Amino acid sequence: MNNKITFTVNSKPYSIEAVAGETLSTLLRERLRLTGTKIGCEEAECGACTVLVDGEPMMSCVYPAERADGKTIVTIEGLAERVHEEMKLHPLQEAFVEHGAVQCGFCIPGQIMTAYALLKRNPEPNSDDIRFALKDTLCRCAGYPSIENAILAAAQALRTGEPVQKPTHIPNSIHEHKTVGHSHLRPEAVEKVTGDAIYTDDLKFDGMLYAKAKRAMIPHGFLTKLDISKAKALKGVVAVLTASDVPAEKNHGLVIYDWPVMVGVGERVRYVGDALAIVAAESQEIAEQASALIEAEFDLQPVITNAVMAREEGVPQIHEKGNLLKHIKVRKGDMDTGFGEADIVLEHIFHTPATDHAFIEPECSIAVPLPDGRMEIYVGSQIPYQDRTQVARVMGWPEERVRIVGQLMGGGFGGKEDVMGQIHTAMLANVTQRPVKLLFDRRESLLVHPKRHATQIRVKIGAKKNGRLVAAETELYGDTGAYASLGEKVMTRATTHSAGPYDIPHVRADCYAMYTNNPPAGAFRGFGVTQSAFAVESMMDKLAEELNIDPVELRRMNALHVGSFTNTGQELKESVGLLECIDRVDAEMRKQNAHPFKPTIDSKNPNLVRAWGFASAYKNTGLGGGAPDISGADVELYADGTFQVRSSAAELGQGLVTVMRLVVSEEMAVAPEKVRVLVMDTDLTPNGGPTTASRQTFVTGNASRYAAKTLRDEISATMAEKYDVRPEQIRFEDGIVHVNGHSMSYSEIYNEMVALGKQPKVRYEYEAPKTTPLGQGGDMHFAFSFGVQAAEVEVNKITGEVRVLKVISANDVGMAVNPLGLQGQVEGGVMMGLGNCLTEEFIVENGVVVTDQLARYRVPGIMLTPEITAIIVEHPIASGPYGAKGVGEISSIPTTPAITNAIYNAVGVRFDKLPVDQEVIARELWEREGK
Amino acid sequence: MNLWQEYKRPASVMEAIQALTSASGPALPIAGGTDLLLDLKQGRHAPIHTLIDLTFVPEMTALEVRGDELYIGAAVPVNRVALDPLTGTHAQALVEACNLIAGPQVRNTATLGGNVAHALPAADGTIALTALEAQAEVAGVSGTRRMPFTSLFLGPGKSAIDKAKEIIVGFHLPLSTPHSASCFKRIMRPQGVALPILNCAIWLERVGDVVKDIHIAVGPGASTPFRATEAESALRGQALNEESIDRTVDALLGQAQFRTSARRATSDYRKHIVGGLFKDVLNTAWSRAG
Repeated sequence: MNNKITFTVNSKPYSIEAVAGETLSTLLRERLRLTGTKIGCEEAECGACTVLVDGEPMMSCVYPAERADGKTIVTIEGLAERVHEEMKLHPLQEAFVEHGAVQCGFCIPGQIMTAYALLKRNPEPNSDDIRFALKDTLCRCAGYPSIENAILAAAQALRTGEPVQKPTHIPNSIHEHKTVGHSHLRPEAVEKVTGDAIYTDDLKFDGMLYAKAKRAMIPHGFLTKLDISKAKALKGVVAVLTASDVPAEKNHGLVIYDWPVMVGVGERVRYVGDALAIVAAESQEIAEQASALIEAEFDLQPVITNAVMAREEGVPQIHEKGNLLKHIKVRKGDMDTGFGEADIVLEHIFHTPATDHAFIEPECSIAVPLPDGRMEIYVGSQIPYQDRTQVARVMGWPEERVRIVGQLMGGGFGGKEDVMGQIHTAMLANVTQRPVKLLFDRRESLLVHPKRHATQIRVKIGAKKNGRLVAAETELYGDTGAYASLGEKVMTRATTHSAGPYDIPHVRADCYAMYTNNPPAGAFRGFGVTQSAFAVESMMDKLAEELNIDPVELRRMNALHVGSFTNTGQELKESVGLLECIDRVDAEMRKQNAHPFKPTIDSKNPNLVRAWGFASAYKNTGLGGGAPDISGADVELYADGTFQVRSSAAELGQGLVTVMRLVVSEEMAVAPEKVRVLVMDTDLTPNGGPTTASRQTFVTGNASRYAAKTLRDEISATMAEKYDVRPEQIRFEDGIVHVNGHSMSYSEIYNEMVALGKQPKVRYEYEAPKTTPLGQGGDMHFAFSFGVQAAEVEVNKITGEVRVLKVISANDVGMAVNPLGLQGQVEGGVMMGLGNCLTEEFIVENGVVVTDQLARYRVPGIMLTPEITAIIVEHPIASGPYGAKGVGEISSIPTTPAITNAIYNAVGVRFDKLPVDQEVIARELWEREGK
Repeated sequence: MNLWQEYKRPASVMEAIQALTSASGPALPIAGGTDLLLDLKQGRHAPIHTLIDLTFVPEMTALEVRGDELYIGAAVPVNRVALDPLTGTHAQALVEACNLIAGPQVRNTATLGGNVAHALPAADGTIALTALEAQAEVAGVSGTRRMPFTSLFLGPGKSAIDKAKEIIVGFHLPLSTPHSASCFKRIMRPQGVALPILNCAIWLERVGDVVKDIHIAVGPGASTPFRATEAESALRGQALNEESIDRTVDALLGQAQFRTSARRATSDYRKHIVGGLFKDVLNTAWSRAG
């Protein structure tokens, strides 16, 4: 017996059959194809699925569709009004665009719908009202301050009928240019606020099958038996594949091919997320049911639970070459001399847990077989060309037979560099000759993809009485989990940066990157430096206290500067803005409190104590270490006078597409709106390399710039010849090319070029300055970004509760290409750092993941957002585009130690283990009182 | 693997009981469903054949004064409980608790009935209702009956209500009197599951400087929602001062059984912070009653 659901969605009446077990989100997305409503967790935790039911915001992922009978639903698609042919955005949508509140965009429908309901109820909300209403609507790009500003601006516009106020607090770059250096809107922002933006899971193909992987769910053992017969027999199942069906290369991986596509009978399972079989079926439900029917038996093995244990004698070896992925060494000067010169030596061991990227969009891949035998894969990936290589190798195909068609990405943060469903869907699509979608649910996302490395870091530092550092010795253990992923690279970065952004004559660092039976660890914003910065910056504060020197002064006197040598022996010749970052954060902090590191007791509640903490960091831009760092870009002029710039660099919300557009706009002297950007398509865009290491603004920014420059030169040369003038006499200005008194539009230029048989299209392959491998001295990296943060915390002495009240963040980015986009990176960086410090811990017990739900893995929401002051420091680097270098990671690195140092300054409790535990604070204080 | 096969929308309590007891497979009532649907999705609850949606039953979504009581239907979303002027007047502790349950979207569907039916010893709504001395109205095949609130609970996660046969219809609360007031507060941690480390609700009636009557509920102070009756006795009829408060805290610590919850709080920590939380709640309720 089926009920009818009669309801209104976005003012349109529907009367449709109820489907057993259907939620409102599924009904909206799958049957009405209103895919603006997003699914992030299906746990009622993230808020991405928020829609209005009779005016109230609800999580549609836990709302039975049949309950919607008789109700009025409004989704994100229902807010903009169609005025004639034009869509008129709702003021909230407009404000989100204008204020840069839109980054990856995946959470935005939920944010806007929640805010819409708030403004209906309360047309004049204050900051507290907004935070209360948006408490559970998570944004992992975490531009919460911008979201709040956008809502305030929209509320004002709705009340007054005036246009939406634009942000006024974001200064332009100090390096003047026509386009770059000024705030610009994202080209894709509008579609992200209307719900029109398409992410991979929003795509549907005719005849599409749904896939599900059977995961081992044991951390270590040998697969002794695998029975897929029941799954195969289930009605609606089209294919079940196992390891024996893998056509060619059995493993995948980013650097080392050590990660089995599937584990076969007799082979070793190394973590709970290992795939044993993959199913394709007519529906998601059938695929899941079939996967549950697959029976596996194992010969269980002892579990290697951490990196230190993995290096012990006599423990099982997880990989053929052993448990040691890499011993990484940094050597500079002489340690005996260094510590011999020291008046004081301090040593301490720190621990950091694994953490998860928790991008709101879970992994999704769709493979589509083409009649000519090629395979298209639709996926949001940080490294499209690497996906292509890995898929082709497993399929035994030439690379060109695979096309990666990159989709909008709902966040990445390093977590979408490794292959997840790309190979599995390609295999299933190849066998069935039908399109196949593999969408991870939140649990699978948490179980399977690589995490931030859990580390143990011992730091020993020696200094003179006056505070000058003379020696630093560090020993790191990094838990890279079951497979290498980018473990070696990540832990190399952790190691080379482990003595902090300081000029120290004698340095020794040893790191052991170890395989364990935990989920793999790989790239995650900060790339190892997040962990080592916590350790070394905590030590700097300990040292300052021992020597009775101001912590800022201690950092200032040791800070890297032009002329310093890094720990790997690289001379810094330019673009070292660390001292300015220190000075400006210090000045801003002391403006608010002349004695920032002294505890201040709240005048009303004596249990509340406040203090500031300070931390510095640096982070390389680019791959470095001798790896060729290359990006290609095409720039093409079209007949209508518009340009397109293309590269397979990835847009994951960070704003690269905007940077590419602005660079071409600057070089061609046209309005940014005349430049379209295409990214992440291995057929249509040249290889931009991996989107990692804060490198894309630099390398693809440069590739786009030089491609545009070359095109401009070609136009100049052609016009010069035709009109018989010198090329230098040709001027490009405001979208017009001035040739000897003629003013030509780009459309005319196009016609002229084509008439002369010249294709107005340039491909440029940019290679960043060469670097040297670790251990060889010289330039290990071509650029470094510097960041300093100060955090003010409030600690409750009884409960130990910690609130971060304010964060001041200064980042030397070389040059701010798009200050509006930069603001989002800085806000998001602080919030991700804050989560790393206070809320996030990916818990694995004996190889079994405890935090397998978003409900157990907390990422910070708007309620935890402090007042964030962004200071942009611009020490340009000559080889960067207009002097720019990376910002993606540095903005997140100093946050954790700034907060933990502040906690120490407030109540004297020093954290050497993350995340901060309020009970530890309370206990230390009551035990101290008891003494 | 559908989460359910049949979905019923009864229009009265008796229809709901009828649907529940006559379903052709395992059946459960669903109010907000924010927990139940997750339990089903995540495999913590065995598959259900029939879901009986209680939100179409007028008696269960009513919130009104009936005689000398405030009646709150068990299927009223907690957000409505938090925003309604009647609860603001008669049940401040409940308003404060409801404003802290989950987030705004979940509060628009989650219900007090669900909060109570889970029988958790530290559910915010449950602790507030404990201090407010609510009574529950429970319907079964033989009709409806009233139960004292604390008799609804058998142990952690164990309700005295047989969900296969019975439904909590609503709650009756005494109306506020002059010089009475209530308050609810809690202490959380930012990591892990969103369950409070400790919560506390107090209702009191004050005559000048004297505590005429007081109800104190603390979660999780026992395996079921805990009424700190010994602490109440220590303060009832006493002038409120530092000494009487300290005695009350001692009585509370003597009676409550604060246990250790993995990754949430140790017993020692709870004992250490409960006094501060209690005093904070007491002082707020006290000044409201003045």
